[in-house]
Amino acid sequence: MSALTAYALTGAALVGLGFFGLLAARHLLRRVVAFNLIGSGLFLYFGAAGGRGAAPDPVPQALIITGIVVALAASALAVGLVVAQARASGRATLPGEEDAS
Amino acid sequence: MTALTASLVLPLLGALAAVALPRRAAVAAALATTALTLAAVLWLLVEIGTGGTVRLVLGGWQPPLGIALAADGLGAAFLALTAAVMAGVALAARHEMAPAAAGPRAAFGFWPLMLLLWGALNAVFVSRDLFNLYVGIELLTLAAVALVAIGGKAEALAAAMRYMVFALAGSLLYLAGVVLAYGAHGTLDMDLLAARTPARPDGLALALMTAGLLAKTALFPFHVWLPPAHAGAPAPASALLSGLVPKASFLIVLRLWFEVMPDRAATGALMVLAALGAAAVIWGSIRALAQARLKLIVAYSTVAQLGYLFLVFPLAGGDGAAQPWAAGAWTGAMFQALSHGLAKAAMFLAAGLFMVAAGSDRLGALRGLARVMPMTAFAFALAAITLMGLPPSGGFTAKYLMMTAAFAAGQWIWALVMALGGLLAAAYLYRPVAALFARVAPTDPRPVARARQAVPLALAGAAILLGILSAPPFDFLQIGRPEAAEEGL
Repeated sequence: MSALTAYALTGAALVGLGFFGLLAARHLLRRVVAFNLIGSGLFLYFGAAGGRGAAPDPVPQALIITGIVVALAASALAVGLVVAQARASGRATLPGEEDAS
Repeated sequence: MTALTASLVLPLLGALAAVALPRRAAVAAALATTALTLAAVLWLLVEIGTGGTVRLVLGGWQPPLGIALAADGLGAAFLALTAAVMAGVALAARHEMAPAAAGPRAAFGFWPLMLLLWGALNAVFVSRDLFNLYVGIELLTLAAVALVAIGGKAEALAAAMRYMVFALAGSLLYLAGVVLAYGAHGTLDMDLLAARTPARPDGLALALMTAGLLAKTALFPFHVWLPPAHAGAPAPASALLSGLVPKASFLIVLRLWFEVMPDRAATGALMVLAALGAAAVIWGSIRALAQARLKLIVAYSTVAQLGYLFLVFPLAGGDGAAQPWAAGAWTGAMFQALSHGLAKAAMFLAAGLFMVAAGSDRLGALRGLARVMPMTAFAFALAAITLMGLPPSGGFTAKYLMMTAAFAAGQWIWALVMALGGLLAAAYLYRPVAALFARVAPTDPRPVARARQAVPLALAGAAILLGILSAPPFDFLQIGRPEAAEEGL
């Protein structure tokens, strides 16, 4: 198994873990982490896809960096919202969803 | 070309200025930005009307390495809709988002967020690169979520959080599709992808991107986040969120299925999209009937009205694209998007004024308000006419074009959905209109200046004008369409 295949498989596994977390977790902070897992998995897969061929393709690298910046901004807003929501309602879950974890 | 650049850059600069400057100067800067961007968009419309699609290749780097922007008739029509709604919202927000009325935090945050939202919308409407579109809708989502949360109440925060979960999941699905498309073809430029050699991952990439965008468009069954979010935001923000934001992700879906990968548009998939749209029309209308608050009625009506847009797919996509009725169905759906944007913004702004006057948006509190606010009540009724699809409104033109196409195509089921949706809209809008025009004197309403009441009236009037003067926008929408438009149906 080549290194690229390993990267791609790891990326796919991360996406799978993230989606599981998104569906299974009720705590909002866990969901934010799950989003980041999915994003990281996609970027890893993307990087592996760009590494095929004789010379590595620079475009995925540029896109991944942009994507990381976007993901960081989204995570920051999401965490800020989680904190505000927890302060306002005393719970870090969405109304109607009990935190089982 | 300068006008296109200006319409993208000005809102972003204005947003920065609105953050950096002190309160009075920030509002002045935001209003000046609104006026300048409106002028830039009008200039762009003239350029496109006289010279066709305006293309811009960023930094002179040609795709696939660079990013291309193109303002065709479709994109420019949405730019114009956005500019019109933004102008109305900015005028309304001068009063409603003042520190005394909305609190200092919302009064500070509204202007930069509004302008960021505008910059993101404009970028999505003209971008020709799938990854650039991802960044655009992400910026759009962040600004929209923040606008929902701006009030700071626990309800609004929960609605914003739910919106965020749906929107981020949608973004990631879209991104997964983009990654697959790049892996298969080595480009993300729409025009280069349209000319690609079809590969195996195309179907999966298209499905992922579409699913993600549907979550952001709040198509049934992904609509649960929309009503609390749109009803919980302050009225000027709701007007932007309901009238404009879902149109951006819808436009990307439309471009994907009609311009980028029309070869993958299997009949079954098109039928599924339209069936979800039909379900949204029926379910959104039924839920709207059951609401006791005006803003929730208007928000559920958005769920229903967005459903109509998806009926375009089997009528004008796939095998239907070559048929004589395709141009009519396609243009009808665009008329629906444009007239809904104007009418829904007018409705939310009117609802905001009713709340100022009555202190609540419960239907019981609104009884008899037409006596003291005839202009706003008239604006609400005009917007309702467009949403019901009665002549001579833009909504009527939309439904007429789409129904004609549905009968010509032999897909009468969609025509039935449209007729039923119109009846249901009449039913759920009758309740607020009847309350407003009730023959009772309202108890102690706060006065609202006439100049403020004129704003929703202007927007609702524009939605009606879209029906009366439907020929110029019809022709304008065809500029830069891939298939030659055929008139006569």
